[in-house]
This record gives sequence, structure tokens and C-alpha cells, in this order.
Amino acid sequence: MMDSDEHREDRLRQMTCQLGQMLRPDGDTTLFMGDTCATVAVYGPGEVKMNKELLDKATVEVVYRSKSGLPGCAEKMIERLICNTYQTAILTQLHPRSSVSLTIQEIQNSGSFLACCINASCLALLDASVSMKFLVAAVSCIIDNDGNIVLDPNRKQEKTARSSLTFVFDNKDKKIVTINAKGDYRIEELNRCLALCKEASVAIFDFYRESMKKKLSKSMNTLKGDPES
Amino acid sequence: MVDHVNELVLPGEILTKFNESEKTQKALLGPGLRQEDGDIIVSKPGILKFREPNVYWVDSFQKRYIPTKSDTVIGIVTAKAGDIFRVDIGGSDQATLSFLAFEGATKRNRPDVKVGDLVYAKLLVANKDMEPELVCIDSGGKNDGLGVIGREGGFMINTSINLVRKLLSAECELFKTLGKNLQFEVAVGVNGRIWVKSRSVSQTIAVVNAIEASEFMTNAQIKTMCKKLADTLAGF
Repeated sequence: MMDSDEHREDRLRQMTCQLGQMLRPDGDTTLFMGDTCATVAVYGPGEVKMNKELLDKATVEVVYRSKSGLPGCAEKMIERLICNTYQTAILTQLHPRSSVSLTIQEIQNSGSFLACCINASCLALLDASVSMKFLVAAVSCIIDNDGNIVLDPNRKQEKTARSSLTFVFDNKDKKIVTINAKGDYRIEELNRCLALCKEASVAIFDFYRESMKKKLSKSMNTLKGDPES
Repeated sequence: MVDHVNELVLPGEILTKFNESEKTQKALLGPGLRQEDGDIIVSKPGILKFREPNVYWVDSFQKRYIPTKSDTVIGIVTAKAGDIFRVDIGGSDQATLSFLAFEGATKRNRPDVKVGDLVYAKLLVANKDMEPELVCIDSGGKNDGLGVIGREGGFMINTSINLVRKLLSAECELFKTLGKNLQFEVAVGVNGRIWVKSRSVSQTIAVVNAIEASEFMTNAQIKTMCKKLADTLAGF
């Protein structure tokens, strides 16, 4: 697939998702952000391996699978980043000695891939109804050589960027949960990126709401259609 | 009154304006709602429900079972270990079932339970910090319908927990309507497992299909479906 995404500087690409397509996992989603796509399956709270068991909270496990090849350092980095993010977001203390496991499959990387993985994970956790303190939304942006900021960049824009940043926000206080940055940038540039991404994260939270509404619409309709309940 | 009753709520949302009971000035919070620093925060995605006068909870759609005390569940015996059986009930931990927790069982007279059997049992202990424990008797020592099931055939299916809750609610007329035309035996476990046994394999399949199809149906739709099903089985 080519990077057919339009060049937009101040907006996120179109998002679509499918929830609950798989039979075995407790929750799953396939999320498209433009052409970038990832599938996430959630299992949990389930049984945990003896050596990973924590006495006072649930273990969050993240497995990242790329399209081909063995997992290397970059893949482990993504796993660690997402794991740390969701350890804060999930109410792990509710399920001690169990595990919440996320399996992320790369489908198509057309830029802002980390953000797509994090958002897809959040949707999958919502699909599985795992208890969470708050929802998280990730937004990527780049700073190009002229100092312009591009939100949700595609692969081409990402390659020519001077630096690329990914921010993760929570929906409760709109505070930062995670930052991942690459390249060099000035403090005022960081602040500008942060402000832009924070603004854009609202659209992602709205998207979560719409997706869940669609999922629950079936049961909500039976509620309304049934005068006895 | 909270503004969000019967609407979708997502984790992290702060709810206000709860109906309090006049006597105690308190509101009761059920699953999916948490108190944090004086705020009431949603922790599960779902539909906020309210019952007079002051009870609130979130009705969420979930596949994974989380053990709760006094739930009746269908488990699969996975191991025999000394004087207990290990039973898979679909939760994060395997449950234990003492061999003395059957009707008429004594130290000498062991119940006939094998690995791979289905047991219909009640949760005696369900606690996030402890292993769940099952029993197949009530406090009077009677089995009350509990015990090993499925020795003479039958079929177990896994469904969502919401479907089970719907089937068990007083309003749902699926089994009542189905039972008019079909004879079958059914055990519904709150852990999302349903066991069905009927006269023939085709009838069992019909019942199972009816159960699975009824998840998002209203009572009127269920009645129409059951009628169609009975007609088809009779050969029309």
C-alpha cells in the first residue's frame, strides 16, 4: 500500500475501528488511523505465570508482533512503553495475582504507528470491559526541518522529520501519561506540540465514545423496545 | 438525579448529582463506580443504571467472568488433588471443590467425580485475594440441583455474561416459551456457560441456537422466534 494519506497539518487522519471480531479473546479491536492499522487482542483478568505474579496487583503483559521478522530492540521498546502506560491506566489493584495481557499485531505502518497501537489497545480494553482509572489517547506529531509542526504524520512526513514526538493523555484531567520523543527540539517547540496534541486528543476520546455507543447500541435498543424491562 | 442514567459512561468520567436516600444521605454504588478523593468516578464502560431510591451501577458488556460470592456456575474439573478437585470456572484462578461438599459424601464414601466432568456448583468463597471455593450442597446438606452434570450427554456452550444475566432475569421469557414446544434440561451458570440436554441432538442444537440468537431480542421477538423454531422442528 502506498502512503495515500493527504497531507494535513493540523488535523488527525480519519479513524475507523471494529470491535469484538474475534472469538477467543475477551476483547479485541482493529483500528485504522488513516492507512495505519493495528489489531489488538485483550485477555484478562486471567491466569498469570508464577514468575510474573504480583501479590498486590494484576500484571500487565504486552506482546507486540511486527508483520515479519523476529522481535528486536525497537519492538521491545514499544512493548515496554505501552506496558508502562497501561499499568497506570488499568485498575490493577482490583485483580491481584492475575494478568491482563495485550497482544498487538502490526497490520500496516503508515506513520504515527505508536499512537495507533496505544489507541487500539485502549479500545480493546474498553471492549473487554477491563476496569480502568481513566482512558488514554495518544497523538503523534513531527517537527520538520523548517520548524513546522505536523499532526498525525504519515510515513513520508515521518522520514523527513527533524524530530517526532508522541504524547499520551488521560481523559480525566487531560494530563500527560507518557511522552516518547525522538530527534532534537527546543522547549518552546515541545510546548507547542504538546498544546496541539492535547487539543487533538479530544477527537480521539470522542471517537472512543462513538465506537462504544455503536457497540452497545444493540443492547440499548432491546432495552427501549421492551416495555416490560 | 444523575444526568447520565441509561446512557453510555466511560472510565475516567466524574459523575455528580446522585439521588441520596432521605434517611442516611447516602447513595449506593455498584459495579463500575468508584469513589476517589470525594469524586465518583466511572471505572467500567457501559450503561449507567439506576434503581429507586439510591442504587447506581454500570451495566457493561463482558466476556470474562469475575467470581462473585453465591453465584451458581458451571465448572470443568481439571485435576484431582488429594481431597479437593480443581475446577475451571472461567475466572482468573482455578476454583477448589472439596470432595466432602457433595450430598451424602463422607470420608469413606467419595463422590464419583472424574477429571473432565462438568459440575454445577455454587461459589462459597469468592474474594480477590483468595482462591474461589465451590460447593455442591446447600447449608442443609442437600444438593439442590447442584452436582455433576452432563454424564448422560448434553452440550455446553460459552456465551457472554450479559446473555446469561438476561436469561436468568425474571422478565426473560425464553425458556418459558421454548418449553411449550420442546422438552429440554438446562443449566445456566453465571460464568457464561450454559449446558443443554434434550431428547435428540437436533433438538439440542435448536435450543442452543435459540439461546444464542436471543441475546439482543425483545420478549416479543423471542416469542416469534420460538414459534418459528417449533414449526421447523415439527417439519412445516
